[in-house]
Parts: sequence; C-alpha cells; structure tokens
Amino acid sequence: MSAGAGPDIDGAVKAQFPLLERSVHGHPIVYLDSAASSQKPVAVLDAMDDYYRTVNANVHRGAYEIAAAATEQMEQARADVARFISAPSADEIVFTKNATEAMNLVARSWGGSNLGPADAIVLTEMEHHANIVPWHILAAERGFEIRWIPITHDGCLDLTDLDRLLDGAKLLSVTAMSNVLGTLNPIPRLAAAAHDAGALLSVDASQYVPHLPTDVGELGADFMVFTGHKMCGPTGVGVLWARMELLDAMPPFLGGGEMILDVTKEGFRPNTVPHKFEAGTPPIAEIVGLGAAVRYLEGLGMDAVRAHEVSLTGYALRTLTDRHGDDITVHGPSEPAQRGGVLSFVYRDVHPHDISQVLDQSGVCVRAGHHCAKPLMRCLGVTATTRASLYVYNDTSDIDSLAEALDEVGALFGH
Amino acid sequence: MAGLEDLYREIILDHYRNPRNRGELECPPARRSEGFNPLCGDEVVLTFEMDGEVVTDLRVGGYGCSISQASASMMSAAVIGKTIDEIRDLTRSFKAMMSIHEESIGGDGSEALDGAGAGGSGSSDDGALRLGDLEALRGVVKFPVRIKCATLGWNALATGLDESAEGE
Repeated sequence: MSAGAGPDIDGAVKAQFPLLERSVHGHPIVYLDSAASSQKPVAVLDAMDDYYRTVNANVHRGAYEIAAAATEQMEQARADVARFISAPSADEIVFTKNATEAMNLVARSWGGSNLGPADAIVLTEMEHHANIVPWHILAAERGFEIRWIPITHDGCLDLTDLDRLLDGAKLLSVTAMSNVLGTLNPIPRLAAAAHDAGALLSVDASQYVPHLPTDVGELGADFMVFTGHKMCGPTGVGVLWARMELLDAMPPFLGGGEMILDVTKEGFRPNTVPHKFEAGTPPIAEIVGLGAAVRYLEGLGMDAVRAHEVSLTGYALRTLTDRHGDDITVHGPSEPAQRGGVLSFVYRDVHPHDISQVLDQSGVCVRAGHHCAKPLMRCLGVTATTRASLYVYNDTSDIDSLAEALDEVGALFGH
Repeated sequence: MAGLEDLYREIILDHYRNPRNRGELECPPARRSEGFNPLCGDEVVLTFEMDGEVVTDLRVGGYGCSISQASASMMSAAVIGKTIDEIRDLTRSFKAMMSIHEESIGGDGSEALDGAGAGGSGSSDDGALRLGDLEALRGVVKFPVRIKCATLGWNALATGLDESAEGE
C-alpha cells in the first residue's frame, strides 16, 4: 500500500538526481541500469551527509546526546521501512548488508534448523543466483532436495505441476519480479499453494519493492528480502522481513556484539528480534539513507511510480519494435501490465558486450551479461542478454536515445 | 577520449565476421582446452594437434563477443606451424601489450593508435613487429573491461600447451 498518491511522475523527478546531470563521452547520460542499481536523489545524499556531519556515533547503549540521536535515526528508518511494506511491526525488519545476505540468513538460520535429508524446497528457473546458491551450499551440507518450477516460452512460471512440486516441500522461494525478464509472478497465488501444502513462502522482492506498492500481508509471504540500493537508497544495506514467530524461533546468523543479552565463558544468550540478527556495528548512515529513500518514494507515491513505469515500458516496447522491427527481440511478457520495466533484448546476432560498448559511446548505460541468472539463460537458450531497465527518473527521451543508439550498433556490426 | 574506432578496427571486425580456423578437431588425437569468462558467460573451446614441439593445426569453437572471437581467430592464424616455445613468446608479447597501463599509451604510442589506419604502424619495438595483425587489438587496452575478452583464447591455449607438456 502506498502512502498517498503523489502527483504524476514528471520531468521534475529527474532533476532531483544529481548524477543524471553529467555527461558521458560528450553525451548527456542516459541511465538504463536501475535493475542493477538505482541512482540516488538529493534527499538521500543529504540525509547521509547530515548524519555524518551532525549525528555520527555508534548506536545503542550510548547515554550521550548524539549516540541517542544516531539510535533514534536508525530506529526511525526501521519504522519507515516497516510502514513502506506494510509490515505489522518494525521489529520484524532485520537490516543486513544486501538482499543476498538476507537470503543467506534465511537459508543458514531457518534452513539450517529446518531442512534435512528427507526434505525438499522449491525454487524457480528464473531465480537470481542469490536465491539459488545459498540453497545449493546448504543442500550440499544437509542433503535436502531442490525442485524447480519451469518457465514458459514467454518467460512466465509454468504452474502446471505446482501442486506436485510442492508436495512434501517445506519452502517455496521465488522472485516477485524477474531481474532479467521483468515478469511479475503471482505471489498471492503461490503463497496460497505453498501454505496449502504446508510449506513456507520466501520472496526475493529486490526488483519488486522499489517499483510497486508492497504489502507483505497481501502478498502472503513468510520471508521477504530486498536491498536498499535498488530503491534510491545507498549500497551496503539490505532488509529481511519475516513473521515474528519465525524470527523468534530462528537461531542467530552471525555472532558478535549487539546480538547478545549475555555472554559467559560457557556460552551466550541471544538478544531479542531484530537485534539477534544484527551482529556488530550496523551500517548506520546507510540505514538512515534507506529511511530517506523510503520517504522519498512515499512522497512520489508508489501507485504513481508503478503507473509511470507501466506507461514507459509500453512506450519502450512500441518504440523499439517500431524502429528496429525484426532486428530486435524483447524477452518476457509482451503486456506491460504483467511486467516491470526490465527489458532484456537480443539485437540481430550482435553479442551483448558489443551492444553495450557501442551504446556507451552515446552515453547510454545498459547491462550486458547473464545478470546472475545462468539457469534462466540456459532456459532461454542464450549465454547473455542486453538489459535496459527503467525507474522513476527515466522518460521517453531516454527510450528514444536507446532506440537511436541501436542504429549505431546495426551500422557497425551489420553484415 | 577512446573512440570505438580504437576498439573495433576493421581487421578485428573482419575476423569476427569471417573467423579463421573455426570448428573442432577430433579428440584424440587432438588435444582440447577451454576458457570461460565467468563475467559474461563467454566460452572458447580450442582443439589442436601437435607434431613434436610444433602445433600443426588448431580450431576455435565456442561463442562470445566480437573481441574474444576475433582475438581467438587472429591467434589461430598466428600460432599454427609454430613451436611451443615460439607460441609462448608470442603469448608473452600479446599479454604484455594487453597489460600496458591505459595512461602509458596516452603519451608516446597514442598518435599511432589514434590514426585511423589499421596496423598501428608507428610502433617499432620487437614485440610489435612479431605481433603483426594482432597489433590491431592494442586499442582494447583503452577499454579495460574488454581485456579479459581479448585474452580469453590466449589463456586457454597457454593452459592447453602446459597440460600437453606435462602429459609428455
């Protein structure tokens, strides 16, 4: 649920992102790689700068003024993040280093105490490596089975055999939105199916929370992970949200300061949730920055953010097809309402590295490679794709620049 | 500023469009060596035959970007008929060219590089003479991300030759 519908996203938004004022190779920068990392608005940069200039001190336990202020700012950010995803309690927000660490926490802590040789979990063929490799590592130690939901030719989950795959499984872990295809997966339906089968649902929402109004209750998730730097916040801070009873029952992840109530020569007593999972000095300035990012996005209104991206994705699909016709193939769902603003495409037979290199000369930033989703690449029958991804600060001129710069690729590599 | 013409020299595009010695030899008797670029998933598969110390034939398989494919194609043309020692010398020269720091070519050597003509004719050191057409890849150094593409095939060949030497 978004906190209030802001005005429509317009050109004023771009001006709030200082980096987008710069040029690259003599051209104004055209940043189309927000699925990898978003740019940061002045509000976030200022919040972090102010924190370091006026508040900086270690959090918790300090009796002096600025230590209390640092703690208050960090805990305010926790409350902001909880509100942003409609979590029942701020105590259910665990700060991590990124979404990858958050997923490793779920695997190591929940998986490590709940999965054994007789068990199974279910993943999908469109997962990011962050939602694959932690399970591979754990499975090698504990011997449980990993099952895979396949994808259809148009890049959606093939749920034909869902009930059979979930039968006897303890967890379904799935991305809410593919970082390669932009596919939006039917999370509430998957939650219901998982729960009917007695399994929990873990959601990789790294590409979802930054772009759509998010309500963990409506999604039906038991665990959800996402990262700050893809949602206008800084790098170095990610989030695990989970239902309190799950967090309460889970053992600590990392050990050290902050995560204990008491330590003796014989052992330790863990702290309460969420501090049990936040060993050591946290990335305080980054957490403060993430809080500012959340408030910034709330100011825009997440309904408006989503509407802007649906509109721009439709414009991009039309423009690229109109200009380049059969030379270009965009992977994933063709209907903008069923996808996010992530456009992975193939242009003629030109390798993605070469495409991105040529586009860079026009200041157009896109990503080339396997996007940390090699099982998906194998399903698509490619080794790599070129990916353009959109966010609040992009507009139709960015799409036009991409479409025009692709002409240069055709000119250089045309046979 | 490095321009695309520094990277995509005509001779490189020619090798990309018309790769030399493309394919695969039957193993055995041929030996096989593979190279991966984990960053982009590119893969080169080399199969080569030896007569004593001489590489008598070599084929390039796999897939990748224009730089990795062209570099492997040019390498195949350069090494067939050469001895292991000659190939190791050539590999050292090529990798030395790839490891020149970007700034160091901004001075003396850059005039030759900035010229539109292929061949990088201004350089007169021994390595450059022996590298021949491979000189065209010198511009890759201005695009550090792509150096791994240019060296992919060379690293695979070095590994393959090392293994065949150990196998004797």
